[in-house]
Amino acid sequence: MTMKATRDAYGEALKELAKENENVVVFDADLSKSTRTAKFKEVCPERFINVGIAEQNLIGTAAGLSTTGKIPFASTFAMFASGRAFEIIRNSVAYPKLNVKIAATHAGITVGEDGASHQSVEDISLMRSIPNMTVLNPADFFEAKKAVFKAAEYKGPVYIRLGRGKVPRIYNEDYNFEIGKGDLLKEGKDVTIIATGMMVSKALEAREKLLKEGIEARVINIHTIKPIDKDIIIKAAKETKAIVTAEEHSIIGGLGSAVTEVVSENAPIKVKRVGIKDVFGESGKADELIEKYGLTADNLTKEVKEVLK
Amino acid sequence: MDELKKISNTLRKDIVKMLNEASSGHPGGSLSACEIVTTLFFDEMNIDPKNPNMENRDRFVLSKGHAAPVLYAALAEKGYFQKEELMKLRKTGAMLQGHPDMKGTPGVDMSTGSLGQGLSSANGMALSFKLDKKDSRVYVLLGDGELQEGMVWEAAMFSAHNKLDNLTAFIDHNGLQIDGENKEVMNVEPLNKKFEAFGWNVIKIDGHDFKEIKNAIKESKKTKDKPTVVIAKTVKGKGVSYMEDKAGWHGKAPSDEETEKALKELGGEL
Repeated sequence: MTMKATRDAYGEALKELAKENENVVVFDADLSKSTRTAKFKEVCPERFINVGIAEQNLIGTAAGLSTTGKIPFASTFAMFASGRAFEIIRNSVAYPKLNVKIAATHAGITVGEDGASHQSVEDISLMRSIPNMTVLNPADFFEAKKAVFKAAEYKGPVYIRLGRGKVPRIYNEDYNFEIGKGDLLKEGKDVTIIATGMMVSKALEAREKLLKEGIEARVINIHTIKPIDKDIIIKAAKETKAIVTAEEHSIIGGLGSAVTEVVSENAPIKVKRVGIKDVFGESGKADELIEKYGLTADNLTKEVKEVLK
Repeated sequence: MDELKKISNTLRKDIVKMLNEASSGHPGGSLSACEIVTTLFFDEMNIDPKNPNMENRDRFVLSKGHAAPVLYAALAEKGYFQKEELMKLRKTGAMLQGHPDMKGTPGVDMSTGSLGQGLSSANGMALSFKLDKKDSRVYVLLGDGELQEGMVWEAAMFSAHNKLDNLTAFIDHNGLQIDGENKEVMNVEPLNKKFEAFGWNVIKIDGHDFKEIKNAIKESKKTKDKPTVVIAKTVKGKGVSYMEDKAGWHGKAPSDEETEKALKELGGEL
């Protein structure tokens, strides 16, 4: 299976946007090699701006620039974009509904060795609480690329969550990505796994394991956490016995919370949230942390069986 | 010059009246900025109230967003909207929010209110004009207490690094903030040396003297490869005797009686 990082998709998409859209301006805060905005700089240095290690100014400058009709993409690690610059995003970007794209890489615990200070497991929660904000969390390379192009077309603030590590391929070039629409990856009548980001491939793996035990799980990819696709969730709640959500994010405020809100108000059934259980991460190899914090297909399988008991 | 003085006096009367009507808001820092705002809106900036979104207009960012009343008074006087709107300031459903809202108010180029963010926004605008080789200029008004926000200095570094000579920042240096004098709460001096060290062209003026304001703008437009900061010494609450130089008038609305007294001093009617 081809493994590629969603941040690499961002770099490639930016390179294409450099040619296609002269309004695109890319900002980074001294992490351009890691966030892959350096790919844009290579082909379009005149529209690449490094603000230095200053995330508040990163977002504030992008906000001002967007008022003149340009489309800024501002990048740094998810921790600093959503955390350090939260209030600037809220007041200078989202409140006036400015056309700023925040592409935040190194989200979640798969940052790995850098440890808890750099592992953002709260960013989805923070971003989705802000009015006017669209929150995207692509699952693989191709979805990430499409998400970047769609974000560039969309008028208004968008937060795109990207990962450091390589993730398995789920989609191909002709995948039709639509902001706000969930993607039904696999049909199933017993239970539904609703996953986002790198947990989508784990959900597909878990489905195979469950099939061997006679359990048929529906698998839905929610790439747009906000606005969330209510219809696909309500349908799953009505047609299957339970829902398990899966995300590389805190179980507080992220996909699990968003799904639970929809289900409890429209078609109450049991929802089990798989994610980071209200704790900080730690240093370690990404694969080992995935294991330790229960973000595996095996754990998902276990939780699905638990919820069906 | 007499014309500008007349306008700034009208703005002062409108500020007092609208704050009295709203029963809340920030008179002190609105009154201290009257001459600066008057000069920009009525003498300097390339703007058109009939076409608020004119592409090649100059931009104004009120980084000290709590001084919204002076901006609103200027916009109404300029003709962006009816003066009646001023009397609905801060009321539920009104166009004029407690702090500037660019989506709701014609003529407002940036939403502000949370201190420290306006210079970054102004930088973004100035950068865009540089990228497109446009002649538009960007003016931003900051408070002196506001300079205590760290983000201002991130932005100050950026303006100089990117040689944004199409940007002029005014500092409404009235020396006071909510809890008292800057120098007691958190000293911001020496401002000129700080900005010089950050790579800015620094001009110090009397912020109530139209001639000095106009000359500072003229000099900032001639300065190449550097942003200009105009450190404007002002008096908080300027023009209303009992408000002058009083921190207590930072965020308090005048009563009916106080309003009457203020308007009498300013030569207006209630």
